[in-house]
Amino acid sequence: MDFEDTAEEAKFRAEVRNWLDANAPAVDDGEGAELADRSDPKFLAAAKAWQAKRAAAGYARITWPREVGGYGGTPIQQVIFNQEEGRSGNVSALNAPFAIGLGMCIPTLMTYGTREAIARYVKPALFGEEIWCQLFSEPAGGSDVAGLRTRAEKQDDQWIINGQKIWTTGAQISDYGILLTRTDPNVPKHKGLTMFYIDMRDPAVEVRPIKQASGASGFNEVFLTDLRVKDSQRLGEVGDGWRVALTTLMHERLAVGGGQGGGLDVPQLLALARELELEDGPAIRNAAVREKIADWYVRSAGLKYTTYRTMTALSRGQQPGPEASIAKIVVAPKLQDISAFATELEGEAGALKGHDAAMEGIFQAGWMGAPGLRIAGGTDEILRNIIAERVLGLPQDVRVDKDLPFNKLPSGR
Amino acid sequence: MNFDFSDDQKLLRDQARKFLAEKCPPKAVRAVLEGEAGYDRALWKAIAEMGWLGTAIPENCGGLGLGYLELCVVAEELGRALAPVPFSSTVYLFAEALLAAGSEQQKSRLLPRVADGTLIGTFARAEGPGAVTPKSTRVSFRSGKLSGIKTAVVDGIDADFAVVLARTSDEPGERGLSLALVDLNAAGVMRKAQDSIDPSRKHAQITFDAAPAEALGTPGEGWAVASRVLDHAAVMMAFEQVGAADACLVMARDYALNRYAFGRPIASYQAIKHKLADMYVNNELARSNAYYGAWALSTGAPELPLAAAAARVCATQAFDYAAKENIQTHGGVGFTWEFDCHLYYKRSRELALSLGPQRLWKDRLVSALERANAA
Repeated sequence: MDFEDTAEEAKFRAEVRNWLDANAPAVDDGEGAELADRSDPKFLAAAKAWQAKRAAAGYARITWPREVGGYGGTPIQQVIFNQEEGRSGNVSALNAPFAIGLGMCIPTLMTYGTREAIARYVKPALFGEEIWCQLFSEPAGGSDVAGLRTRAEKQDDQWIINGQKIWTTGAQISDYGILLTRTDPNVPKHKGLTMFYIDMRDPAVEVRPIKQASGASGFNEVFLTDLRVKDSQRLGEVGDGWRVALTTLMHERLAVGGGQGGGLDVPQLLALARELELEDGPAIRNAAVREKIADWYVRSAGLKYTTYRTMTALSRGQQPGPEASIAKIVVAPKLQDISAFATELEGEAGALKGHDAAMEGIFQAGWMGAPGLRIAGGTDEILRNIIAERVLGLPQDVRVDKDLPFNKLPSGR
Repeated sequence: MNFDFSDDQKLLRDQARKFLAEKCPPKAVRAVLEGEAGYDRALWKAIAEMGWLGTAIPENCGGLGLGYLELCVVAEELGRALAPVPFSSTVYLFAEALLAAGSEQQKSRLLPRVADGTLIGTFARAEGPGAVTPKSTRVSFRSGKLSGIKTAVVDGIDADFAVVLARTSDEPGERGLSLALVDLNAAGVMRKAQDSIDPSRKHAQITFDAAPAEALGTPGEGWAVASRVLDHAAVMMAFEQVGAADACLVMARDYALNRYAFGRPIASYQAIKHKLADMYVNNELARSNAYYGAWALSTGAPELPLAAAAARVCATQAFDYAAKENIQTHGGVGFTWEFDCHLYYKRSRELALSLGPQRLWKDRLVSALERANAA
């Protein structure tokens, strides 16, 4: 048992580190935080430049075959690249605009698209010239994505699309998107769906930012009004959209799964506890505070070493076990709990945020963002269902909607 | 990255699991739980024959000299089977204390007997309810004589030898404490069986009345050695807890799949699914922390105090949750004597307390974090 690279891994790591040292742009910490606004043209320009550089060197997608511009590498090499890139200041933050496109949309296109479409779209996406988004969730279909209502109706060789999507990350900066629609409301809901890719710059597509409870706007609503799409933009068969979407969602869980929490974890709480005085002396000497720190530490450390186990499987060329699926369920509630507890330690002054708060308000910001993290990319509840069904082999809940035609389903308000 | 057991170690795990499934079914646990015998003698003998007792004992002391990783693998299976034998007292505590502080003479005299199963050992610390602290340690060890009363000594009735945390001087704090090595069959030792929360692991009160004893390690360093021994034991115990917690998850899952209520398996209700998913998450976190503890233990890494405390806290929490929610998943029958759920429930609390409670280990964890942070 050890944490060392194999000889081959060490060679690859050295290669990557050398390349990053020579090529990674300098992004300082403060700037990185500011740059999280994806619409900022300065950020977008820096992100696209970095993406182009990575792609030219073959590092944009390590596991993709060389023929499509990847590195032709292994999953463990992708992990090593991510680790090394993560060490180079904040340069990983520059990858955000391309994560969904390259992580979910393009793999779906590569599986179901025509040869012409693949030839046309994969490379520009890889080089950061074109950005993609994923249009699945709707006001009436979140966890229950297959309950979506956006209609696509065939007219000659075209489809006319009307409806509304929501929670679309990056729609405002995207050039293309993959879109899940309902093409047949007369059959049970999973059977009447069809997938397309669309031009986000079409005037029939309107993007409006959503103002979140936190005040930030990381997501959008997208309104589709008489959008005309060629039949050649269909991905997969008519009525087979659910199967296509599952391909995409499988990639989403992998992409969203790990390492979130905005850099807020036990070390920050420990730093705060060492700084603050409570009624009975330094917070760090308070038994209740120490118990809480330990509770969260074992969950953080448990996740870290679970990741090491996953990497070990990859390193041995094995399929990682299901333990990799636990990350988000642990991270998101922990973020919420740690940040709320930190404000408790701050006492009355914990009600302040930003520059007025202790430690620049990281806990207040974490607390405010945590509800979103517990929902995005699969709610805590859906993720528990997934573990129960796919890992533990428990049966699905009874489904009242499975065999009814979509247009006969009760729909609430 | 090579953060997993080797193929050989996994093979050992499979063998241990098979062996214990055959030699230590729930019936065997019940026999000790319901009977007068302190442990399962046939199982103990068979375990000795397998060589497990000497797994981490060096070859020159009669052991196999394999290492802690192999011992951790065995510990997980002993935990899964709730093996009613004095393994943890003898191997994780007694033998580890000898390895940590014993003289060559003490080690070569006693460790071969541990390895061949002819010596049961234990480690006596508590003297009453409340925390074990230098202040609460009053048993005295002076001029080769041990006097005072220890309580809740695991396997205290059947043990042949004990390591005893005792006061050797009036110096306040840790420096007044030392470890004494005592033959429990000698004059001046009286033992009384105590009722245990988990009667498949027996406890005893031991009264020493000027009992002859010898020093184990340097006088005044008893507390420090005990602390190191507890770190070692915590890692191996964490594997027992992880194994047992996994057994609870399997029991709860199998029951939920076959129990129908309101016309369907209860495993299809989210109230049950989410409970079992949480159990799975806790168990995986505990397993990963235990692996890290095993790495630190087997390499003698300076991270051991932090790794051991994290392994201990996480495994205790996982087993606690799994054991109680296993009963809850079973409903009423889970609370009957006939079903095996209570065997795990009882053991979960016994293991949670036997090396000191979570409060203690959480404090040790944060102290280790503070030290790491200051360094």
